[in-house]
Amino acid sequence: MSDTHAQTVPFVRDTMLPQQAPPTSQIGAVRWLRENLFSSVLNVALTVLAVGTIVWIVMHIGPWLMNSVWNANSLAECRQILAGESGACFAVIRDRWHQLMFGFYPSDLYWRPILAMVLMLVAIAPILFDKLPRKLIWFSALYPFVAFWLLWGGSLWLPLAVIGGFAVGYGAFLGLSRVTGSVLALIGAVLAAIVWWVWLAAPVSSALQSAVSLSIRPVPSRDFGGFMLSIIIGVTGIALSLPLGIMLALGRKSDMLLIKAISVGFIEFIRGVPLITLLFTASLLLNYFLPPGTSFDIILRVIIMVTLFAAAYMAEVIRGGLAALPRGQYEAADALGLDYWKAMRLIILPQALKISIPGIVNTFIGLFKDTTLVVFIGLLDPIGLSNAIRADTNWNGIYWELFIFIGVCFFIFCFGMSRYSMYLERRLKTDHR
Amino acid sequence: MATMPDVRKDGFRLSMLIYDTRYRSITLQVIFLGIFVIAAWWLIHNTVENLRALGKDFSFGFLTVRSGYDINQRLIEYSSDSTHARAFLVGLLNTLLVAFLACISATVVGVLAGVLRLSKNWLVARLMTVYVEAFRNIPLLIWILLIFAIMTESMPAPSAFRGENATSSMMLFDSIAVTNRGVYVPEPLFSRSLGNLDLGIFLVSLDLLAIVAVILGSVLANRKLLKTAERIQNDTGVRPVTWWKSILIFLAPLVVLKFALGFHLGLPELRGFNFADGTFLRNSLIALWFALTVYTGAFIAETVRAGIMAVSHGQTEAAAALGLRPGRIMSLVVLPQALRVIIPPMISQYLNITKNTSLALAVGYMDIRSTLGGITINQTGRELEGMLLMMLTYLVISLLISMAMNVYNASVKLKER
Repeated sequence: MSDTHAQTVPFVRDTMLPQQAPPTSQIGAVRWLRENLFSSVLNVALTVLAVGTIVWIVMHIGPWLMNSVWNANSLAECRQILAGESGACFAVIRDRWHQLMFGFYPSDLYWRPILAMVLMLVAIAPILFDKLPRKLIWFSALYPFVAFWLLWGGSLWLPLAVIGGFAVGYGAFLGLSRVTGSVLALIGAVLAAIVWWVWLAAPVSSALQSAVSLSIRPVPSRDFGGFMLSIIIGVTGIALSLPLGIMLALGRKSDMLLIKAISVGFIEFIRGVPLITLLFTASLLLNYFLPPGTSFDIILRVIIMVTLFAAAYMAEVIRGGLAALPRGQYEAADALGLDYWKAMRLIILPQALKISIPGIVNTFIGLFKDTTLVVFIGLLDPIGLSNAIRADTNWNGIYWELFIFIGVCFFIFCFGMSRYSMYLERRLKTDHR
Repeated sequence: MATMPDVRKDGFRLSMLIYDTRYRSITLQVIFLGIFVIAAWWLIHNTVENLRALGKDFSFGFLTVRSGYDINQRLIEYSSDSTHARAFLVGLLNTLLVAFLACISATVVGVLAGVLRLSKNWLVARLMTVYVEAFRNIPLLIWILLIFAIMTESMPAPSAFRGENATSSMMLFDSIAVTNRGVYVPEPLFSRSLGNLDLGIFLVSLDLLAIVAVILGSVLANRKLLKTAERIQNDTGVRPVTWWKSILIFLAPLVVLKFALGFHLGLPELRGFNFADGTFLRNSLIALWFALTVYTGAFIAETVRAGIMAVSHGQTEAAAALGLRPGRIMSLVVLPQALRVIIPPMISQYLNITKNTSLALAVGYMDIRSTLGGITINQTGRELEGMLLMMLTYLVISLLISMAMNVYNASVKLKER
């Protein structure tokens, strides 16, 4: 068959044809445009609509942004410079930069929050990136006390006395564990530390202070403000809400009826009410719940409320992670003979937390955004300051520039956090999909 | 025969309370209960002491006292002679109103943005990514204040609408007027109104009830029609054409009702220094509604996107292999599976909307926090009772919404063998 074919066919090509250039509609930008923007009638319509939207936005905001004035001392001066044209007056940011950053913190002490901020970056670096030397973790553990002392000032002996509580507890643990079993020693250590903190720390620190004065100028909480305040509340809330959230999630999954009931009640209550009501509770009602005559710092109250609020959400996120783990993991941990805490610490939590990273970071982002709500109880966060700035005759009537600036700052923080969570997810990914 | 080593059968020793796992949990719980009871007693004791020191008692009697303040936006009759309880009710209804409006509009915006973000159109997908990221990463409070500022600062005053050469004009055939005082929209009017139904606490418009009843009836009739069509399809293999019957079922009763009730729109009209007639939506409501919509819309968009992406591509291919058309693939195969993933987080977004309405404080919208939690507390000095009542109200709303979610979850749960 095949050889007859060879004889009957008059011409058989024995060389390849040179390759033709692809049609112009199938290469480069044209093809990309056809595929991505104009592939169907609906797509063309969508593209036109999208281009229209972008053009409309640029037409309206573009000139305003392009004509920005960065150097002026008041809105009136800005308008004079603009001479009737529309334009942004970002001079307000320049004029009130320090206020937006630090609130009414004494200007000669700005180095303290700046130093605290720089040290914070050093302290969280070893937590964020595991390639850094592990010894830095010790600095991270010490950082809260350093930051407290730098920001609020006062006697160095106070944070040292608080650290002393840990030393007292550790000493008690060592001493007791020679005498009794480890569990009793642990209980004794905790009790010793609590006794130290509640009754002994304050007198000891004031005694030491009067003996050797180690203090810097104290700054009252009402002078705190701006992004410094947001960051203080946000970072403290983030750092405290994660462990608390883990405890609540474990409590909710616990076999112990009472602990489970308390955890569920707490979580559902906190999740059921808006943060504003909790903040108002902190500012209005807390005096009712404390022994008569006591009052404590408003920023501390806010931090506690924000932490409790975020912890309830965190607990639900982590509970999701715990539930998503296959049952076999729990059984394997039991089969290895690990006790509850070891099983949790070594097997369950590392996996459950890894699964819940996106949710955890979302909670962090939500918490950081929620720090703006403190304006309602009279704290001067950036939004509170924007109201204060507008109350000044120089800047009366300025809205957009301040909102844009504050919004962009929050965007940078929150977007940074979400990108980091994606990096973390990639780094911790161990499956082979 | 191997003998079992003797198990030591000691009696109960005290140390077993800590070291024996059988008893340890009981010990822990007892300790915990003790701490809990002591803490609760301490708090209550302090509260009682503080109340006594201030010379106050704990009673909700203030709710029946004349409130003495006005509320500028109300859905039910209210005046400064009404009681604090009624002010609380007005605030609650305002909260629910803005939450309801925002839930609906946020769902529309969110679903659109979520689907468009998955669009093959490069530009649209990027645009939606920018929208979602911008709104998710900037606090809601800033959006509320920004939109409120746009409404009050950049919109024309009512006087700009007046005269021969007015600088502003109304939109949509002279039916909507956007001013710096608020937005005026047409108002539904009934020339042959059925009147109101007095429920004791507030009045309910019978016209509204009639409309709701007719729509519900149409839905039921349509469902019956579709069921019949399905039965015929199962029996004969041919599905009868139903779309025009469905349209008729929905439209005809409404048209009849429109003429029966004499429904017409009352357009807003410029009279004197302000607009008259029409429904007046305050700037505070608009700002809160709009901000909640776009902010929560961004979150819902992510939920929708995740839900659609959660349906594996094999499902779409299998459906295509069965010969289903693209529309059918979406409605019969992809959506039912995606909805199972989408709805629970969506409902918790509704919960967030409801709680976030408390930010109304920033723009002076009279919600429950501003009436009960604001003016009432300030006037009566009942912080404790007022805050408790307000928290309880929010808690009840939240629990109701989560109950709805649990019911839904149970109903769509995969029936596994």
